[in-house]
Order: sequence, then structure tokens, then C-alpha cells
Amino acid sequence: MGIIEVRDLCFYYGSFQALDRIGLDIEKNRITALIGPSGCGKTTFLRSLNRMTDMIENVRVTGRVIIDGEDIYRPGADLLALRKKVGMVFQRPNPFPLSVYDNVVYGLRVHGLRDKRRLEEKLVRSLESVHLWEELKDRLDANALTLSGEQQQRLCIARLVAVEPEIVLMDEPCSALDLAATANIEDLMAELKKRYTIVIVTHNMQQAARVSDFTGYFLLGELVEIGATHQIFTTPRDPRTEDYITGRFG
Amino acid sequence: MKSDMKGRGRNKLERTDRLVRLSLLVVAFSAVSTLAVITIFMFEQGAPIMFKYGLRSFLAGSDWYPTEKIFGLWPMIVGSLYVTLGAMVIGVPFGLACAVVLTEFSSRPVRRVIKPVIELLAGIPSVVYGFIGVVILVPFIRENLGGPGLSVLAASIILGIMILPTIISISVDSIQAIPLSYREGSVALGATKWQTVKMVLLPAARSGIIASVILGMGRAIGETMAVIMIAGNAASVPRSVLDPVRTLTSNIALEMGYASGEHRQALFATGVILFIIIMILNTVANVTSSRMKGSKG
Repeated sequence: MGIIEVRDLCFYYGSFQALDRIGLDIEKNRITALIGPSGCGKTTFLRSLNRMTDMIENVRVTGRVIIDGEDIYRPGADLLALRKKVGMVFQRPNPFPLSVYDNVVYGLRVHGLRDKRRLEEKLVRSLESVHLWEELKDRLDANALTLSGEQQQRLCIARLVAVEPEIVLMDEPCSALDLAATANIEDLMAELKKRYTIVIVTHNMQQAARVSDFTGYFLLGELVEIGATHQIFTTPRDPRTEDYITGRFG
Repeated sequence: MKSDMKGRGRNKLERTDRLVRLSLLVVAFSAVSTLAVITIFMFEQGAPIMFKYGLRSFLAGSDWYPTEKIFGLWPMIVGSLYVTLGAMVIGVPFGLACAVVLTEFSSRPVRRVIKPVIELLAGIPSVVYGFIGVVILVPFIRENLGGPGLSVLAASIILGIMILPTIISISVDSIQAIPLSYREGSVALGATKWQTVKMVLLPAARSGIIASVILGMGRAIGETMAVIMIAGNAASVPRSVLDPVRTLTSNIALEMGYASGEHRQALFATGVILFIIIMILNTVANVTSSRMKGSKG
């Protein structure tokens, strides 16, 4: 029993099938990494967990994704509430071209919080939880686009943390960052998992091995294998997984 | 021998390059200098009479009897500003709303049909707009709201429609140029489409939108034919939106056919004033947009 239960999930872009009967459970307060060669469907899978895939025209989904006991693909599902609960960090840091302040409180405002003092409390707490408060407390009016890449990605995480999601989806969150910044973001993920369930897509196997508790291997739209990270990287059950992690393929 | 030929080849290339650069410079310079000559000519013709009769009476005088050498441009200055303001009040909200609907709330095929159609509107000659105004709008205003029909209101509405293509197409381009990642970031936080538009896209597209408004304003204040046909052209300050009005451009176009001597110079002076007003409006708009950019985005 996980916080997310996926059953027989198939996903189609037009006539192209991107995911084939995916079934897995994701555990609460753990980091689950999804690895696999590019085009294997791992990002599509990640985006199907908060229905960001709805932004693309002409897609079709079958199967079930159950989060907190509710099927998010049932007719009439509340997408706004879903996305508040299941937040997302993107490959390229995408702060809005607004001030640091407006970025962090964006989600709160969207969900109707207007009280200035409450907004500020949450702003401070969110920025503190991503270790940006000290750096930015005097620059809250600065345009977020003037920050460094790492700061921008941290800001995007703060923006997400502010709305207090339960699950954080990360789509290769470090691929646009340098090594030092990557290490810092990975440390941050380890802290965040105390409060959130994290699902991360990464093309970097070392990163999956370093940060995650569970790892799933995708290939050609199929989930080949999922298990404890330690087990996947030392004694994979499927030969295709072994080929990939030993570098013979991919 | 060989190196000599190479050297000569390069010499030739360099010479062509110099020649091309020189001729481009001449072309560019002549384009700019034509503008400069026109400006100088206009000032040379129009400025002396303003100083002769006093800048104050020229700008603030409310009577325009050019045959009796009374040159007060105040009604026309006010008229131009009213009509332009009216056009903005009508054109900007409609244009922006239309741009938002086209970019964010309609499907690709719809957009692909509607946008060229809107751009086609810009190609309709202004006399046609004026004609439609005279035939449909002016009687409608006269019968339903009172007054002569030929009015500030009629001119504002027609000009508001005329600037729509400018505002819509530039705003659409600037909203479409916003990276998808902003929309994704907003939607992923649980924002609705409208919240995304209001809180992210419009601020992000601000400089393009302001540019579209400036261009629309330039078109409105400079428009002559349509305005002459529907504004009534009375050279007095309008008391309500239903009163007739004469703009600076109309003033020139209406009287240039028979003006001579000081009257003719006074019309050039009208041009000078128009020129200065447009410069001021553009500068103000540019400065505000760049200041907003500096502080926020």
C-alpha cells in the first residue's frame, strides 16, 4: 500500500503508445527514482501523476492512478486540488518573471490566501526550508530571473513547498545545474523527504543511487523492474535492468 | 606568383565589401535624411508664426478664425487627445481580451483562421471605416443618444476598432512568445487558466503589450480620413462625448486646399504641435514601460 498506487496505466499520444500497463506503488516519505534511456516514458509517467499531461492535446489514458484513495482519472476529478497536493519541479528552473516574493506566494494567492501577515510567514518558512532565506531576505523585490540557476531551482522548490503539497514530482531537477549545485539540491531532497513523498525522474544513474530509496527502470514504455535502490543496483532481477545499469545499454 | 594572385583576389573582395558598405550607407542615410528634411521643413514653415502671434495664444487660444488671423489651436489639441483617449478606452480592453482568448482559450485551428483575418482588418482603407461610421454609427448615435451623431463618441468607436488589429496582433505575438515553462509552472501549482493569464502571462508579456498600445495610440492620433468623416469637425472644445470635435490632423486636411500665407503657416504649425504631442506620448510610454521593466520584469 503506497500513497500512490498505479494500476494498468496506459498512455497514448494520438496513436503512439507511450506507456504500457504500468503498475507500481510509491511509498510515503520516500524518494522513488525513475531511470531509463530517453524516450522510455519516464517523464510521461511522472507527468501523468498530476495530470500535467492534460496540457497536451490529443492524449488518452486508461488504467487507474490512486492517490490518497482516490482515482485521479475518475470523471470530474478536481485537477486544481490534485495539483496542489501533487506539485512539480521542472527540468529547467522556471521561476516566473516576477519578484522573489511574488514567486513564492504565487501558489498561496492562487489558492485564495490574501492575508499579508500569513503570506509573509509562509514566505519565510518556505524560503528557510530551501535555505534561501539568508541569501534573499534583502532581495525579495528582485526579479527572480536575476538569480543564479541553483537559486532559481531552489526558489521553484520553495514556491512548491509554500502550498504544502504531499507529493513532489521532480523531472530531472538538476540537469541544468553544475556539480556543486546538484549536490546541494540532492542534500535538500534528503531533507525534504521527511515531510514529502518525492518521485524523481533522472537520466543520471549515480544520482538515483545516491538519493533514492526505491528505483524503477523504464524501457520503451514499460516498467521493467522496481525495487529497493540497493537491490536494483546490486542484484537486478531482470537482465535488461542489468544491461542498463552496467552501461552495456543506454 | 601564386601568393600575388591570392593577394589581388583578396584586394578585390575588400574593394567590393567597401563599395557595398558605402552604398548601403548612402541608402540608409538618404532614408533618414528625407525624414530629417521633412521635419526641418515643417518646423521652418510652422514655427515662426507661432512665435509671431505668441506661443500662448497659439496653444491655449480657443478660437480658430484663420481668415481673421486668429489662430487658437486649443480645441484641436483637446479634440485629438479626447478622440485618442476614447479610442484607447475602447480598443485596448477589447484588443487585449481578444489576444488572450486567441492565445490561451482557443484551439490551434481557430487561432490559425482568426488571426490572419484580424490582420486583414488592418488593410481596410480608413475611408471605408469612415464610410461605415457615417452610414451606420452616426445615425445610430443621433437617434439613440441624441446630438448630431457626428461626435467624439463616433470617432472614438471607429478609431477603437481601427487600432484593434495593431493591438491584437502584437499582443498575441508577445503572449505566444512566453515560454511554455511559465504556463506549466503555474498550472502545476494548481492555478486555473485565467489565474495563469492574469498573474503570469500578462505581466510577462507586458513590454509587448505596452508596445502594441503605443503603436495603436500612434495610429489613432494620426488617423485623418475616418475622423474627418465622422467627427463633425467643429473647431470648438466639445462639452460632451456627443458633441462634434475637430482633431489636429483634420484641421490640416480640411483647410490645406484653400489656405495661403499665414493661414498655411498656421496649418504647418498644427503639424508641429501634432509632432510634439506624438513625441511626448511616445516618450512617456517608453519611459514608463522601461521603468516598469527595471523594477519588476
